[in-house]
Amino acid sequence: MTHSSTSSAPAALEVVGGGLSFGNRHLWDDLNLTIRQGEYFAVLGPNGSGKSTFLKVALGLTQLSTGSIRVLGQPARRGNPGIGYIPQQRGIPVNTPMRAKDMVGLGIDGHRWGIRLGGKKHRAKVDELLEAVGARDYANVPVGLLSGGEQQRLRVAQALANNPKILFADEALLSLDLNHQYAVSDLIHRYNKSDGGTVVFVTHEINPIIDHVDRVLYLANGRFTVGTVEEVMRSEILTDLYQTPVSVIRSNGRYVVIGGEAHGVGSMDADCHHDDELEIR
Amino acid sequence: MLNILMAFSLTDFWNRVFVFENYGRLFDMLSQSILAGAVLGIIGGFAGTFIMMRDHAFAVHGIAEMSFAGAALFLLLGYDVVTGSLVGSIASAVLIGLMGVKHDESNSVIGALMPFGLGLGILFLSLYEGRSANKFSLLTGQIVSVDSAQLTEMVVGAVIVVLALLAIWRPLTFASVDPEVARAKGVPMRGLSLTFMVIVGIATALSVQVVGSLLVLALLITPAAAALQITASPVKALIWSVIFAELAIVGGILLALAGSLPISPYVTTISFLIYIICKIIGLARRRFSSSGRREAVTA
Repeated sequence: MTHSSTSSAPAALEVVGGGLSFGNRHLWDDLNLTIRQGEYFAVLGPNGSGKSTFLKVALGLTQLSTGSIRVLGQPARRGNPGIGYIPQQRGIPVNTPMRAKDMVGLGIDGHRWGIRLGGKKHRAKVDELLEAVGARDYANVPVGLLSGGEQQRLRVAQALANNPKILFADEALLSLDLNHQYAVSDLIHRYNKSDGGTVVFVTHEINPIIDHVDRVLYLANGRFTVGTVEEVMRSEILTDLYQTPVSVIRSNGRYVVIGGEAHGVGSMDADCHHDDELEIR
Repeated sequence: MLNILMAFSLTDFWNRVFVFENYGRLFDMLSQSILAGAVLGIIGGFAGTFIMMRDHAFAVHGIAEMSFAGAALFLLLGYDVVTGSLVGSIASAVLIGLMGVKHDESNSVIGALMPFGLGLGILFLSLYEGRSANKFSLLTGQIVSVDSAQLTEMVVGAVIVVLALLAIWRPLTFASVDPEVARAKGVPMRGLSLTFMVIVGIATALSVQVVGSLLVLALLITPAAAALQITASPVKALIWSVIFAELAIVGGILLALAGSLPISPYVTTISFLIYIICKIIGLARRRFSSSGRREAVTA
């Protein structure tokens, strides 16, 4: 598994004629997409654009309405061992009987039946993973007592436990402070660069990962665009997607998008777009 | 005068609560009941840990009421009461597991089921014309009359519960504490939920015979809840939970042995005291180390 971004490398993820709709609401249609092995791919878009659902489809948790999706050469399914998954950070109840090392341990063998045999080897692997994400100091702390940033570090360790070929991250940096955003995004970047792993990062905020991203899928308003960051993050492209005037301002290597959701998407489907976080990014 | 009267009634009260006459002989006679209690402690400790992990305390209560209905029905029809309580609790456990996969849904299913079960049980008991002591013991429990057949039944039940929980330990833990990732990892959530509910059904039915359907939480919930106050390690939580359950049930039986009172108040009181102590320990730990870390690291 070496890092390669040539087009001859096998596809890590491939969508052919993919469409997704709930009842009579179409999220997107006729999506054709090939993500190469070793690519860092971001899925962007406002809330309700179907970007999280895209990830669910790739994880085998939801089916496409039309078309097909293959992950690592197989039809998308739950429990594909080549997949690592980092969910959105959510508050974990304080009394959850799980310490940092237990959470990482579940990533190694949580899906297996019976009790754990070979505890020594298991503990060594857990220590190694904790070390890699800089979480050794709180290995024995209940996860419910950890900060969101610390929990997300553990999520990275948990997701990388089985040396996955592809890593799916769902808003993995959401609600983290800046330091932790960069720390966690660095860990994912390291996996992408030194292990040659493919990363599919779903987010509504591209700036924390912008230096690492190879290509972007931007979903909005039932439309989408695929391309490099420079190709997609442009006023005319997003104006076309949202079908309402949108300005993209580039400053210091960061992007600020003005317009977009507050006008175009918000009027499309009121119940899904109550957030205004996209107004200024 | 009043003081003397109160003092007298108080001594009278304590004399009724703590009786130790002919203790040795009684102990021999009831050793089987004590053994049954010990077996029950293992069941309660094991099942309780996972019940707390999955936040299923309310489900246990609901299942216990249906277990009571089942037992009352079988009593009325002249069949074996234990079988009846097993039938009632497993049927309701499967129903809860099927109808409410999500936690919020299952709570409303249980809330609807519980009073219905209790009502049915009361109906069956009112129709029953046998000994009235039998009626009451279904609700508040009795262990004095455990015979060897019942003991065997309990041991078999305990073996099933423990082996089944060990077999599904890791995926069940994964599904309980980290459902989102577990689902993506291919852990069969629905199958696990159903399997676990059946296990809870068996554990509940076995406990109901001893502590009664109203007090079953003292055995299946309180020890595990206490354990989780003092440790976050899944294995330690299980061990403490079993120890606490044993203390409560065996201790309760030993105290109740010679008196005329039912054992359940003893069991529930010990169980509750353990919980209070653990709660205080947990609170103190958190207060004296910022967010409980220092303690947890050295623990």
